[in-house]
Amino acid sequence: MSSKHWHQTLAGLAAAVICVGAAAQKKYDSGADDKEIKIGAIHPYSGPASAYGAIGKAIGAYFDKVNAEGGINGRKVKYIALDDGYNPAKTVEMARKLVEEDEALLVFNPLGTPPNTAIHKYMNQKKVPQLFVATGATKWGDPKNFPWTMGWQPNYQSEAKVFAAHILETKPNAKIAVLYQNDDYGKDYLKGFEDGLGDKAKTMIVSKITYEVTDPTVDSQIVTLKSSGADTFFNITTPKFAAQAIKKAAEVGWKPTHYLNSVSASVGSVMTPAGPENGIGIYTASYIKDPTDPQFQKGKDWDDYVAWFNKYNSSGNINDVNATYGYTVAQGLVQVLKQAGDNLTRENIMKQAASLDITLPRLLPGVNVKTGPDDFYPIEREQLARFDGKTWVLFGKVYGR
Amino acid sequence: MNAMEALLHQIFSGLANGCIYGSIALALVMIYQATHHLNFAQGEMATFSTFIAWALIQRGMPYWGAFALTFAISFAGGLLVQRLVLRPFERAPVLTNVNVFIGLLLIFNALSGWIFDHTVKAFPSPFPQESAMKTAFFSAHELGSFLVMLGVLLTLYGFFRFTPIGLAMRAAAQNPDSARLVGIRVSWMLAMGWGLAAGIGAVAGMMVAPVVFLDPNMMAGILLYGFAAALLGGVDNPWGAVAGGLIVGVLENLLGAYVIGTELKLTVALVLIVGTLTLMPSGLFGKHVVTRV
Amino acid sequence: MSDSARRSRWFWLALALLAAAALLLPFLVKNYRVFQFNLVLVYAVAILGLNILTGYNGQISLGHGAFYAIGAYTAAILMERAGLPYWATWPLAGVVCFIFGFLMGFPALRLGGHYLAVATLALALAVPQLLKHKAIEAYTGGVQGIVLTKPEPPFTFRFLGQPFNADRWLYFVTLTVAVVMFALAWNLLRGRVGRALIAIRDHPIAAAAMGINLPVFKSTAFGVSAAFTGVAGALGASVIAFVSPDSFTVTLSIFLLVGMVVGGLATIPGALFGALFIQFVPNIADELSKSAPAAIYGVLLIALMYLMPTGVMGFVRTLWLRHGPGAARRPSAGVATTGVPAPPALTKET
Repeated sequence: MSSKHWHQTLAGLAAAVICVGAAAQKKYDSGADDKEIKIGAIHPYSGPASAYGAIGKAIGAYFDKVNAEGGINGRKVKYIALDDGYNPAKTVEMARKLVEEDEALLVFNPLGTPPNTAIHKYMNQKKVPQLFVATGATKWGDPKNFPWTMGWQPNYQSEAKVFAAHILETKPNAKIAVLYQNDDYGKDYLKGFEDGLGDKAKTMIVSKITYEVTDPTVDSQIVTLKSSGADTFFNITTPKFAAQAIKKAAEVGWKPTHYLNSVSASVGSVMTPAGPENGIGIYTASYIKDPTDPQFQKGKDWDDYVAWFNKYNSSGNINDVNATYGYTVAQGLVQVLKQAGDNLTRENIMKQAASLDITLPRLLPGVNVKTGPDDFYPIEREQLARFDGKTWVLFGKVYGR
Repeated sequence: MNAMEALLHQIFSGLANGCIYGSIALALVMIYQATHHLNFAQGEMATFSTFIAWALIQRGMPYWGAFALTFAISFAGGLLVQRLVLRPFERAPVLTNVNVFIGLLLIFNALSGWIFDHTVKAFPSPFPQESAMKTAFFSAHELGSFLVMLGVLLTLYGFFRFTPIGLAMRAAAQNPDSARLVGIRVSWMLAMGWGLAAGIGAVAGMMVAPVVFLDPNMMAGILLYGFAAALLGGVDNPWGAVAGGLIVGVLENLLGAYVIGTELKLTVALVLIVGTLTLMPSGLFGKHVVTRV
Repeated sequence: MSDSARRSRWFWLALALLAAAALLLPFLVKNYRVFQFNLVLVYAVAILGLNILTGYNGQISLGHGAFYAIGAYTAAILMERAGLPYWATWPLAGVVCFIFGFLMGFPALRLGGHYLAVATLALALAVPQLLKHKAIEAYTGGVQGIVLTKPEPPFTFRFLGQPFNADRWLYFVTLTVAVVMFALAWNLLRGRVGRALIAIRDHPIAAAAMGINLPVFKSTAFGVSAAFTGVAGALGASVIAFVSPDSFTVTLSIFLLVGMVVGGLATIPGALFGALFIQFVPNIADELSKSAPAAIYGVLLIALMYLMPTGVMGFVRTLWLRHGPGAARRPSAGVATTGVPAPPALTKET
C-alpha cells in the first residue's frame, strides 16, 4: 500500500473508532452522572389529600430496594421527595426547587390535577420531564403541545366510557343517577360518562348531584338521588364518601345497578367498612391488583410485594392500595431508566418513556403499559368486575387500546 | 319514594347530621365557658381520641370498656395539654392563644396520620343495626347517638348546677380574680375545663365515626359547622349549641335538596347563619352581654 | 441628643441597610430563591392588609384568604379574558376588593369578637365554592382555574454574574408595589385615621363619644384592609402564574392570621417577619420530617409564640426598651415613649 493510502486508511480507522466511541459515550443532563440519578417527586404529605402521601413513601421504599440490589445500570437513585400539601402555589415552588436548586433529572409522579396544571407550562418551557403524573385527567396525553408531560393511569374519561358502554349494552333504558365530587376529578369522569352515552345522555341521566370534600356525609345526596326514581347509579366519589354512599343507599333501601369508579374500589378501604353485603352486585373497572382482594393475595408477585413491604415500607399499611400504586409506578420509571442506558439526557428519558411495552407484576393480567410517540397514555386497559361480597370478580373483555 | 317521604328523610338525616355538629359544638361551648376561648384544635383532638378508641377495640377490648377508657385518657390528655402547653399563654393576647390552638390542630392532625395512617377505617357502633330502636327514617345508631348526646348534656347541666366543683369552674371562668379570693384554684379549674371538653370531644368522635368513617381528616368539615352551630345557638349556652347543631344540619340538607342545590348549599347556609347572627348578635339562645362603660 | 433624634438615626440607618439588602438580594441568589422572596413580599402586603383590620382596628378576620382570592382572580380574568397588562390589574383588584370588604363591613358592625371570626371564616369557605360555580365558569375557568403568562422584563443585563430575567424583574416590581403599600399604610396609620382606628379598638364607646363615626371608620377599615390583601393577591397571581379554587382554601386565611400574630399585631414591619415565617417554616418542617411535617410546623409555631407572645416586633420592642439607648434612664421597662402602643385590649378580659 502506498504511503497516501496508508494515511487514508489510518484516518478512516481513527474516524471509525471515534464514532463508535462517541456512540458508546455517556450523555448526561443535570441530575445524572456516573454514580447517581436524581429523581424529584412532589406529593401531598400534609393537608386534605395527605392520604396520598403513602404513594410518595412507597416510591421511595421501592428505590431503596433498587439501590440495595445494585441500582440501575450501576447508578444509585437519589430520591428527593417534596410536600406540596395539594396547594398549587406550593407545587410551583417545589417544582422550581427540584429543577433549579436540586437539579433533578426529572419530576416524577406529581399528584393532583390543579397542582400539575400549575407546573405544566413551566416544565415544558424548561424542557424537564413531568413524568407519569398521578392523576387520571385526560389532558396529560398531549405530546404535540406538551412533549415533556406524560400521564400514567387510565384516564377518567375513558374509564367512564367503559361504564357507559356497559350500560348501553345491558340496560339501554336505564334511568341513571350520578353523584360526583365537585372538582376536576368528578367533572372529568362525568364528561367521559356523558360523552360515552352520546345523544342518550340527556334522556338517561335523570339526576346528577355534587358534594364537596368538606361535606361530612353524602347522606342527603343519596336520599335525593333515590327520590329521583333512578334505577342505575354512577358513583364518582373518593373512598370515604364511597363507603358512606354504599352504606346509606342500603339503609334507605335503594338498590340500583351501581357503578363505582376505580378510585374507590378497594375492598379494605371501602367495601368492608360499608358492609360487604351492601356491596354485592356493584360494578367497577380495575387495572391494578387491590392488596386487600383475596384473589390477588397469592402468587409470586404477591410474595415479592409482601417481602418488599416488610423490608422497606413497613411504616405503611399493607392494605393501602396507594402503596401498590407507588410500587407499580416506580417500577415503570425504573424500566424507563434501564432502557435509557448511559444516555441519561432528559430528551432520551422522554423518548424511552414514549417507547414502553411492558407488563408489571401488580397490574391486572391483560393490562399492559404501552406508549408511542403519539400515545402518551401508558396504561389504558381496564376490566369490569363485580363485587360478590368478598372480592371483585373480573368478567368480560379487557377494554381499552 | 314519594315527595313526602323524601322530605321526611331529608329532615331526619339532617337531624342526624345535626347531632354530629351539635356534639362538637357542645365541646366547643364547654371550653368557651371554662376559658373564654374557642378551641380550634377541638376537632383534631376528638379525632385522635377516636383513633385511640379504635386501637383499643382492635386489640379486643369490648366497646363500652374502650369507650370509658378513651374518655378517661382524653380527659387526662386535655388536662395535660392545658397544664403543659397552654398555661404559659393564660395572660397572653387572644390571638396568640389562637395561634397556639392552630399549632395544636396541626400537631394532632399530623400525629393521627403518622401513628394510625390514612386508610379509611370502620368504627363500630354500640347500637346494633337490627334492634328495637330502628325505624324507617333513622337508624338505631342515629337515635342512639342522639340519646347519648342528651345524656351528656344533662350530665353537664347537673354537674355545673349542683356540684361544688361545677360551681367553682363557673366562678373561675366568670370572674377569676374574685374566685381566687375565695380560694378557688383557678388554674386547675381551667385545666379541668379542658379535660372535660376533650372528653366530650372524644364522645362526639366515637358517635360520629360509625357514620362518616374514621380517618385523620374526619373532623375537618364537621368542625366548621360545629363553630357555626355553637355561635348560632349562643356560645355560652350548651343547650343552644345542640339546638344550633340540629338547625344547621336540617337547614343544610333542605337547602341542598330543595332550594339551591348542593353546589352552593355551603355558601347559602353560611350566609343564613351570618345573617341570623347579624340580627341576633348573641345567637339564638345566648345571653345578651351588657358591659359597663 | 434627644431620645427621639437618636432613635431616628438608628431607624434611618436600619432602613438604609434594609434597602441595600433588598436591592442586592436577587443578584446574590439563584432564581428559585428569588421566586420565594417574591412570594414573601406578596404575603407581606397581604398580612399588612389583615393587620390594618385586626391589629389596629381589633376586628378579627379569619377570612382574608377570600380577599386574596378575589384579588388574584380579578387580576387573572382581566389579564386573560380582557387582555390587560399585569400592572393595570393591581389598582383594579384593589378597588374590587375594597368594595367587597366594605360590604363585608356592614354585618361586621353588629358582630364582635368570636362571632365576627366565624363569620369571616364562613366567607373564606364560601369563596372557593363560589369560584367553582357554573354560572361564572366562563370567566373563572371553574375547577380547572386559569393559567397565566409570566410577565417578561422589558430589558435585560447581567449584574454580579446573574442575568436580569423574568423572576428578578418581577421581584423589583413586587418590591416597588410592596414599598408603596407599606408607605401608604404607614402614612394612613400614623395620623388621625390610625389613632381613630386604635381608639375604636380599645375603647369603642369612648371613641364614639368623642365624635368618631364608628360605622364609617369600621367599614372603611374593612374595605382598605381587603384592598391591600386584594392587591397582594393580584401580585401573587403574576408570580405563580396560575389561579384555581384549590389555591385559596381556608388554610390560606389561617396562615395569614398566623403570620400576622407571629410578626406582631399592630406593627407594620411585623408583616414582613410574618411573611417570612409562613413562607419558609413549612419548608424547614418538610426537611425535618417527611412523616409528619405539619406537626413540626405546629411545634415551631407554639415555640415561637412561647418565646415571643407579642410577635417578633413585640420582642424587638421589648429588647430595645430594655437594652437600647436610654434604657437606664427610663422609669420602667415596657413603657413605649413613641410610636404606636401595643394593643392591650385584645386580651381575655373583654
